[in-house]
Amino acid sequence: MALEGQARAKFLCDAERCIECNACVTACKNEHEIPWGINRRRVVTVGDGEPGERSISVACMHCSDAPCMAVCPTDCFYQTEDGIVLHSKDLCIGCGYCFYACPFGAPQFPQAGNFGSRGKMDKCTFCAGGPEEDNSQAEFTKYGRNRIAEGKLPICAEMCSTKALLAGDGSEVADIYRQRVVNRGFGSGAWGWGTAYEKKGA
Amino acid sequence: MNKKLFSVVAFVLATLLINPAWSQEVPEVDRSSTGGAQTLEDILARQQQLKLDDSFRSENLGDPASAAAISEPLGTLGGRSDSDVWRGIRYNELDLSTQVRTPAADVLIQDGGMWWYQFREGPIITYGGLALLGIIGLLAVFYFVRGRIMIDGGPAGTTIERFKAIERFGHWLLAGSFIVLGLTGLLTLMGRSFLIPVIGHEAFSPIATGSKWLHNNVSWAFMLGLIMTFVMWVSHNIPNKLDWQWIKAGGGIFTKGHPSAKKFNAGQKIIFWTVMILGFSVSLSGLSLLFPFQMPMFADTFGVINSVLGTSFPTDLAPHEEMQYANIWHSIVAFVMMVAIIAHIYIGSVGMEGAFDAMGNGQVDLEWARQHHDLWVAEVQAKEGKGGSS
Repeated sequence: MALEGQARAKFLCDAERCIECNACVTACKNEHEIPWGINRRRVVTVGDGEPGERSISVACMHCSDAPCMAVCPTDCFYQTEDGIVLHSKDLCIGCGYCFYACPFGAPQFPQAGNFGSRGKMDKCTFCAGGPEEDNSQAEFTKYGRNRIAEGKLPICAEMCSTKALLAGDGSEVADIYRQRVVNRGFGSGAWGWGTAYEKKGA
Repeated sequence: MNKKLFSVVAFVLATLLINPAWSQEVPEVDRSSTGGAQTLEDILARQQQLKLDDSFRSENLGDPASAAAISEPLGTLGGRSDSDVWRGIRYNELDLSTQVRTPAADVLIQDGGMWWYQFREGPIITYGGLALLGIIGLLAVFYFVRGRIMIDGGPAGTTIERFKAIERFGHWLLAGSFIVLGLTGLLTLMGRSFLIPVIGHEAFSPIATGSKWLHNNVSWAFMLGLIMTFVMWVSHNIPNKLDWQWIKAGGGIFTKGHPSAKKFNAGQKIIFWTVMILGFSVSLSGLSLLFPFQMPMFADTFGVINSVLGTSFPTDLAPHEEMQYANIWHSIVAFVMMVAIIAHIYIGSVGMEGAFDAMGNGQVDLEWARQHHDLWVAEVQAKEGKGGSS
């Protein structure tokens, strides 16, 4: 399922608005029934307790030219026409290379065996499920809910109390953010966009 | 684009930039038009991957000292704009914290991934693969030029014990595990490039799962074999004057007659120390990969190398970058070992008559032993003579 029109799915966290409530992390865990120890999304705070403290909610940014996709030994990643980076847990072997390649630390691994060896990778799907049939039980068990197929946007952004976290079509997200910067007169610079979306696409 | 040429040019440029006399001639860039922010020239230079002095960015991190007091309007903003903060994160100058407790969770961004991927897919697969094909080709040529090295005058028919059962066990533990590790490692590195196009994703995935499982578990056998063989053979592998004569005689490979040698000749000592040193190194980087983020060692290693050689390897590495370097070093050392071991396998099997028995049943032909390890035979026979048996 695709977003409407020629959309390019993007996340944006407005650091001037994020209050480090971690509700996005909790909502994500709840929506997708993610096991203990896996954090598809996390909130990182800069200068905690200092004047000018800022927080950023980070998950998979669904890069245009995704290093995880490039490095995967089993080539288990694919990108939807909306630019969402998804992967197949049937092909994943849990080698961890995507985590070493990812600029944002998005891939997560359950411990699955001896010597801390990793199970199959789990990461943010932009609430778009996986290669299985949309909204099937198999898809839910492996990748969580497919809200995109239901015509909804990612839960983390949908329920963000300060609307710091934006998700959706990149051009609309950018418009909202641009309007905010104009209105408040300071605080521009969308964190991570240069790394995630600069190289190709829009 | 010619990648080799490009890397040579990049290397020359990098060398020129390190040269202090040359870099002094670089004119100061005028950034008044952008108010001190980067100019079009800076951006173009970065896109051409030229190294530029980015201290105008790395040191431009806002001014918390002269910020408005916390009780004043906008005082809570703290004297750093978002852009200042992003630069601070980029140059690793700010303290980050998170409630997530997984490894490296407090690293917001690291950009080593693409370089690591390109180095794996490019030079490592290309030169590593060529090195393996190259040594096999060389050995084939050697075989056709020199032929099998025979025992002069044929075997004696009587044998002498060269390696005890425990020595052969140690050798085959090391050798067997190495072959498994080498093959599964090659599958993991090269499978996507060469196997997936042939057999498809669904067929390759179980192979890769098996490779990972074998590689992780058999590694312990390799390390045990490495320790066993080191303990059993190190005293026989101390280099001495005899080795120099053996090397000067070219090991007798292309000449009549054999230079003298004890239990191990200089060629075998070279293989021994190659396996021990590289084996130790590959085990260390392997342990670092086996226990991710728990044994970072490259920042410290680079620090030591920099202080000895005056190089400028990065010493401030993100946890991911530690893993990237561990992975790359693991592959490089493994390829060097595979090249050495392929040559070792050749000379120990088809390359030389009588050589395999040493590690087969441990009993070598007496004439073979006299020709290749004359001093060792004399030692053993002197001992046996004392013991009263022949």
